[in-house]
Amino acid sequence: MTNKTLVSATVNGEPVEFFCEPQQSLLECLRDVLGLTGTKEGCNDGNCGACSVLLDGQLVNSCLVLGVEIEGRAVTTVEGLADWHGLHPIQQAFLEADGFQCGFCTPGILIATKALLDREPNPTEEQIRTWLSGNLCRCTGYDKIVRAVQAAACQLNRECEVDA
Amino acid sequence: MSTQKNAQFNVVGERLPRYDGADKVTGKAIFGPDVALPGMLHGFVLRSPHAHARLRSINTSRAEALQGVYAVVTAADLPPAGSTDHRYARDNTFASDKVLYVGHAVAAVAARTQALAEEAARLIEVEYEVLPAVTDVLAAMQDDAPILHEDMRTHSLAGRGEKPSNVASHFQQLKGDPAHGFAEADVIVERECHTATVHQGYIESHAAVATWSDDGVLTVYTTTQGSFAVRDHIVWLLDLPMSQVRVVPTEVGGAFGGKNTSYVDVAAALLARKARRPVKITMPRPDVFLATGPSSGAIFRVKMGAKRDGHITAVQAELFYEAGAYPGSPVGSGATVMFGPYAIPNGQVDGYDVVTNGPRVSSYRAPGGTPGNFAVETLVDELAEKLGMDPIEFRLLNHAHEGDERVDGGTHGSIGGIEVLKAAQACEHYRAPLTGPNQGHGVAHAFWGNWGGRSSCTLSVNGDGSMNLVTSSVDLSGTRTTIAMQAAEALELPPERIRPSVGDTDNTGYADVSAGSRTTYATGIAAIQAAEDVIAQMRARAAALWDVPVENVAYANGVFSAASDLRFTFAELAEQVTGSGGSVSSMANIDAAEWGAGFSTQIADVEVDPETGKVTLLRYTVVQDVGQAVNPTMVEGQMQGGATQGIGWALYEGYAYNEKGQMLNANFLDYKIPTALDVPMIETVIVEVPYPKHPFGVRGVGEPPILPPPAAIANAIYRATGVRPDRLPMTPAHLLEKMGVIGDW
Amino acid sequence: MQPFAYQAPTSVGEAVALLADPAHGARPFAGGTDLLVQMRRGLFAPEMLVDVKRIPELNRIAFDPDAGLTVGAAVSCAWLCDHPAVWQHYPGLIDAASIIGGAAIQRRATLGGNLCNAAPSGDAIPAMIVLDATATLAGPDGTRNVPVADFCTAPGKTVLGPGELLISLHFPVPASNTGERTRSGARYLRFIPRGEMDIAVAGAGAWLALGDDGTITNARIALSAVAPTPLWVKEAGAALIGKAPTAEAFAAAATIAQEAARPISDVRGTAAQRRHLVGVLTRRALKGALQRAKGEACDD
Repeated sequence: MTNKTLVSATVNGEPVEFFCEPQQSLLECLRDVLGLTGTKEGCNDGNCGACSVLLDGQLVNSCLVLGVEIEGRAVTTVEGLADWHGLHPIQQAFLEADGFQCGFCTPGILIATKALLDREPNPTEEQIRTWLSGNLCRCTGYDKIVRAVQAAACQLNRECEVDA
Repeated sequence: MSTQKNAQFNVVGERLPRYDGADKVTGKAIFGPDVALPGMLHGFVLRSPHAHARLRSINTSRAEALQGVYAVVTAADLPPAGSTDHRYARDNTFASDKVLYVGHAVAAVAARTQALAEEAARLIEVEYEVLPAVTDVLAAMQDDAPILHEDMRTHSLAGRGEKPSNVASHFQQLKGDPAHGFAEADVIVERECHTATVHQGYIESHAAVATWSDDGVLTVYTTTQGSFAVRDHIVWLLDLPMSQVRVVPTEVGGAFGGKNTSYVDVAAALLARKARRPVKITMPRPDVFLATGPSSGAIFRVKMGAKRDGHITAVQAELFYEAGAYPGSPVGSGATVMFGPYAIPNGQVDGYDVVTNGPRVSSYRAPGGTPGNFAVETLVDELAEKLGMDPIEFRLLNHAHEGDERVDGGTHGSIGGIEVLKAAQACEHYRAPLTGPNQGHGVAHAFWGNWGGRSSCTLSVNGDGSMNLVTSSVDLSGTRTTIAMQAAEALELPPERIRPSVGDTDNTGYADVSAGSRTTYATGIAAIQAAEDVIAQMRARAAALWDVPVENVAYANGVFSAASDLRFTFAELAEQVTGSGGSVSSMANIDAAEWGAGFSTQIADVEVDPETGKVTLLRYTVVQDVGQAVNPTMVEGQMQGGATQGIGWALYEGYAYNEKGQMLNANFLDYKIPTALDVPMIETVIVEVPYPKHPFGVRGVGEPPILPPPAAIANAIYRATGVRPDRLPMTPAHLLEKMGVIGDW
Repeated sequence: MQPFAYQAPTSVGEAVALLADPAHGARPFAGGTDLLVQMRRGLFAPEMLVDVKRIPELNRIAFDPDAGLTVGAAVSCAWLCDHPAVWQHYPGLIDAASIIGGAAIQRRATLGGNLCNAAPSGDAIPAMIVLDATATLAGPDGTRNVPVADFCTAPGKTVLGPGELLISLHFPVPASNTGERTRSGARYLRFIPRGEMDIAVAGAGAWLALGDDGTITNARIALSAVAPTPLWVKEAGAALIGKAPTAEAFAAAATIAQEAARPISDVRGTAAQRRHLVGVLTRRALKGALQRAKGEACDD
């Protein structure tokens, strides 16, 4: 006897509908029900950040959010960063700075970076490291990740100035 | 941070972006857990909660009866084993008569959903007779220790032991006359070091999807360092013809040696065969800590002697390495690494490979090397201090040269260790003053042999002059790019003309695992050979088209020419190729029998809070000889990443057990890998002493940087606090105890 | 995780009714950063989760300069740490709320959850104790207030009765006990081996109120991770009353705190280390509380 609920939400700007049981995490719903495998499972207990998504613009670990909780709300995953213009400046900055190696933690780090730059357009190195402390990376030693975030910030600020 | 660009190269040495970058920053790259096939079932492995027990019975009937369960498998589903090694591998897949560690697999279930598979696993009735467990290596060597394998006897120079033992083997290396050497010494230092088991800590868990055709062909999608290693393992355990097994490697989310071994592929294959449906198994994170292959915890007793003039006269060491449940710890390579950089006239090293109730250890980036380097490089620091010498000057004075024989019996080839030490000495960090109280500055040096091995590449020319390069080697962190760059260099063409990809066991030649810092080196050689053969074939085609002898056809900078007026660009010739004798492609299969070793010197500045023992890393520099950096940006990344793993090994990481042999910290909360807040920017100095036997001078890069951090940090802690840590991890509690700050209450 | 039913009521009454019915086997669910992890580990298997994030009384922050600060039980740490009134008047609370996990955890974790989880190491709890916080509970028999200092009774256990729900936490106006509005300060510090993402090895919260002559008129010291519950060491605070806020006075109070601590050795730290840290952290927290009471910035 299952206990499935119909959830209607917005994911990466698109309306979605899916069935899930209450005990299925948002991470599980994104990956296994909606087929959005860009968001990763690293630990399933909130300690690694590989599952980071934006929920109504707020950075959360999707392994600790229930699928049923997103009813009527908006989720952004790594698949929602690029648009028809091309890659998001954050993605471009990570490519240019080589801010990844195996790439497994990268979706979480990109989402966390977006959340940081949305809130703090000019973060210091310490602010970047503090904000990203919940996103574990085992390959890079974080140096090129921090530089990528700094480059992304610079790029986004210049674009803002150009638009103005 | 950058190298002097080598003028002789056009592509090698460039900071090119990765070929796999777009997929990695958009989330499109498919990793092991991302694979899904139609009709796929979910598998779950039931594992022992006991560290040591006899497996009296397993009853799977209630699990099999559960609605939605398609298959349950145990050791009974595996073909019988032949050799001892075969028996160990079979037992580690599913336990038969004993479980030897918490997490030891006893059964697996395939069901419609993950939740159902887990529920069914809870219905499997397993009867255990719990036995005392032993997780400490010295305790496992005692006469009254619980014995893991009744038929294990110690192999040593004295032959095969007579009594059951947990000591699988004891080797001894002897050079010169150590007793005499110590008698000659003016200063002798010694220490006993205890180092904890650590895990590679890759963020992506092991995952495999297995599917069978109805005529017996097995395909396995898996995250691995070696598709052929997985195929070999499956074929061995399931007794299948090799051609009937296809292993498709996915992108890999970190490996560092821990994915050289297959953990869930055979179970997935067995379930898929019984269920007649594809089956996916993804290891939950706690199982990754409990039941894959961490590194060996180890104990060292080391003694070193030197004369007043600074020359080392003798060394002696005992190495006790935990192998986990089955023998085969990297105690041998630990011995090689420890004293490897130095010319030592007299030495004796005794190494012990000891089984304990833990998961069977596997490779972790320079296997066996880091804890031994910690033990020796802290003693080297102490010797230099007692002799009043600068730490780098002491190491330079004693450094090995090409042709020197090491204590382990090996001989150094072309090496760049001295150049690395000198570069470290010359860099600004080494001379920079400290900026406050409770700070210290430390240095350590390390040698790693690297590896060559078997690799294969296929290069195919397309009609528009572009090329596809299929490599046999799984790309862990960018080798498809460095291999393609080497092919482009050999072809004298821009790298954008080549698109590299990683093949599977059906469509590439045999390759050893992507490990041992061999991939850019050896698979690069294969790519270069394939490129050279493609050029030769193209020259022959041009000769046929022009009706001239092939010796008259020259190739340079992308242009074929003969006489004064015969000329094709590579693309123009490629357009004609299919119509002139069929396509042009070349597969190169190589076995690189020689390769260049690597050295790294690292400098750490720390601040230690004297009241809490907390260590803050203020500044960190990695200096390393890479022969010739193919892609300097990626080389820097390897240096920074390896050093950060070493920093975690130094300060935070270690398996903790209770008295029942159960691991207490099988999660990322209490098994603490460095976060972005725990390391500073990591400065890199790339030294290039080309290795003469590689066409471009390449040496392996990945492993050397993980070796020096614990010793560099320990030596810095000494200068900040006056105490020398002798334990890894160097936790705040350990430092408080050493400093005498924690008293008795 | 074992399956469960999910309800998201929009009123306290609805929530209490769901929680009170024993047939439901229900637990409240806010951020889930402890609850979901524990359920996955099999520590418990509630049959229903009652999501409290849509109930207004649990999801607001209100500051009144004459009445104090009221924080709904389901207010996230991140929301709390962004609130100007909390920054200005209760920086000691920010000390704790801003270190419960990293950025993502803070957008879900709550003070209420930290309190109800009742871990010995809960960082928010000593900070709340020294700020003299009161918990408001609602249950089948009505509403009651419980001092936060009395809320946790054992590891994982609280005074919540069947069907009772934590509604909000109330903090008095700064220095309300002495009537002097600007001369008090609080500080919470913990020790962890890494820079973030660790559970406290030990933690200490301190609050001081200063009289016009600069002597201490009131003080509270509370500890985390060194006893079965967060520990209010009344004697340590009492020992400071009437004294000048000197290093010697702080050291003496820290020693009392060390004697009161009952630390264990576990995978995160040894008993000796923890007892030692109590002394260090208490002195440092008192120093920080003093700086804040004097209107200065804390050094670390």
